[in-house]
Amino acid sequence: MNRPPHSAPHPMSLHIHNLHATLEDGTAILKGVSLDIPKGEVHAIMGPNGSGKSTLSKVIAGNEGYLVTAGSVTLDDTDIFPMSIDERSRAGIFLAFQYPSEVPGVSNANFIRAALQARLPQGEELDAVAYYHRLYAKMDLLEIDRKFTARSVNEGFSGGEKKRNEILQLMMLEPQYAILDETDSGLDIDALKIVAKGVNAMRSPDRGFLLITHYQRLLDYITPDYVHVMAEGRIVRSGGPELALELEKHGYEFLKELALA
Amino acid sequence: MHTIPLAASSAALPCPAWFTARQQAAWTRYLAAPAPKRGDEAWRFSNIKQLDFSSFAKSTEAGPAADLIARSSGLEATAAKLIFVNETLVSAQSSLPAGVICLPLAEALVSHSALVEAHFMKQETRLGSAKYAAWHEASLTNGMFIHVPDDVEVAHPIEIHHWLAGDNTVIFPHTLVVTGSHAKVRVVEMFRSADELQPGLAIAVNDLSAGPGSKLDYVAIQAFNEVSRIIQINETAAARDAATTGFILNTGAAWVRNESLSRLEGAGARSDMLAVSIPARAQEYDQRTFQHHVSAGAFSDLLYKNSLYDYATTIFSGLIFVDEGAHHTDAYQTCRNLLMSDTCEANSMPGLEINADQVKCSHGSTSSQISEEEIFYLRARGIDPIAARQLIARGFSVEVVERLGNPALEALVIRFIDDKFAHIASGGA
Repeated sequence: MNRPPHSAPHPMSLHIHNLHATLEDGTAILKGVSLDIPKGEVHAIMGPNGSGKSTLSKVIAGNEGYLVTAGSVTLDDTDIFPMSIDERSRAGIFLAFQYPSEVPGVSNANFIRAALQARLPQGEELDAVAYYHRLYAKMDLLEIDRKFTARSVNEGFSGGEKKRNEILQLMMLEPQYAILDETDSGLDIDALKIVAKGVNAMRSPDRGFLLITHYQRLLDYITPDYVHVMAEGRIVRSGGPELALELEKHGYEFLKELALA
Repeated sequence: MHTIPLAASSAALPCPAWFTARQQAAWTRYLAAPAPKRGDEAWRFSNIKQLDFSSFAKSTEAGPAADLIARSSGLEATAAKLIFVNETLVSAQSSLPAGVICLPLAEALVSHSALVEAHFMKQETRLGSAKYAAWHEASLTNGMFIHVPDDVEVAHPIEIHHWLAGDNTVIFPHTLVVTGSHAKVRVVEMFRSADELQPGLAIAVNDLSAGPGSKLDYVAIQAFNEVSRIIQINETAAARDAATTGFILNTGAAWVRNESLSRLEGAGARSDMLAVSIPARAQEYDQRTFQHHVSAGAFSDLLYKNSLYDYATTIFSGLIFVDEGAHHTDAYQTCRNLLMSDTCEANSMPGLEINADQVKCSHGSTSSQISEEEIFYLRARGIDPIAARQLIARGFSVEVVERLGNPALEALVIRFIDDKFAHIASGGA
């Protein structure tokens, strides 16, 4: 089980190699992150606030607020850095946002439909009947009320509703690699269970997951294959699910020693 | 469905004396009134050059009527559908409840002269275009007269098409809608050009008079070609407990002037004043509004939204006016501009004048661009930046359309909005 985490890239994986990134003002956030997420595996990254976890997800998604200064990210051996934000999504990368945007006036159903339409060849129209059939089935699984199809994207949604909406998009878009950025934050236990149910339903040999979380709690419901600990822009330790429990027991304090080491 | 005999709508019908006198007096007023000039408050920011109408003349031809009838698609279910080409009625179908009058004005002037006289152009045109209202009154040869008697509800909307055909043609569309006590009706008008190249001019008036407890919804869809101009004057009077909605969509024309005035005349009256405008290239839309609270205890709510592309210009000037004694007024006014280019220009002049006590009023205008955060979110779902901006701009407009509360009408309006966005996306001219 405990495969060396920084081994040579698997040909069918999301491979992050020696990634360095800074803010626009030059502040270094990622200082050499290496990680290989093969399809079929669930990796969790844990770490204290400010360790660079969320930045890693944003850099992979293509957020233009960061500057990549070194390293690479490849999707099944293809360099993703030349791709635009939307091209990366269509290529199979999905980011569930920590703080999903509100988009006034755009109904949730039209939004997800536009995202699916964007994946079809030019001139091909999405089958509306089949689309709604699928949408409703996923909404039922995530216990999302039907009235949310007509509501504006995330507008006036509670924290839990926004996170469930992210998972709904994940289920509809069926990406090859999904990165969940603190999807558990701000969720009560019932909402967390529903979100976990959605993620577990999407686990598949054809899909890799990267779960970013501050707390071990999420990992009680989604069991990862590997756990990595991030501190000060680097992965300082990797292990199996037991590492999360160890962290829970000792807190993030002991990481400081690891980071210094 | 029965068809109104077209001969009946001929402009050659004898007019009642009162109407002839009104037309003559209006012509005198038109000639006497000075043309608006730079510096007039009611024309602040306006492009006065657009008011040179000397090249336009009335056309006696009905144009390519058969073709235009075929192109007059609208709602699936209507209570009546009437098609005018250059003020000439070329097609009429109706299946209205008994007692409802829905006639070409030329015919109603003969058959219901006293009723028309009681409501015809009763309010003073006070938002700047009095001269053009007089020109309209003096020149119109036809129009629509709709009267819904007490307690009668018309289930489906009445649909009216106005086609502008020929080179440098001017038309004077007139629509007068009167509802009796607790009556209910929806009217939708569409303004279009027969072709994309010939300039035209419309000086349109729609008067809405909502009786006590009645519900009157009016929708105007303006999609003229981009070399035409229109002045549209809308005057609404809402009696006690009446609820009126006036909605304007502007996608077409080179230059538009909308003047909308709502008079709240009784307690419990409500007026919703809504507009969506999507100007692109060099289109100029100029909108003036007046929420006149005459009675105590009435409600008005205005929401105008503009999405501006390219070099487009909009002007919004609105005034909430609360008369002395109109206590317990609720009045709201919002104009929102979505700036889709760095070269467009949105001018907003919201205003408020309160002469009564215990009123709840607010007014405001905002201009903004689409936030980068929203664009990033949509792009992170695979939607390309152009489609993402389009989706957000469409949503911005659709929010107003949804206030209509009628799926069929909303779908019709959204169809025109989508046509406009497709036109913008294709870079069409």
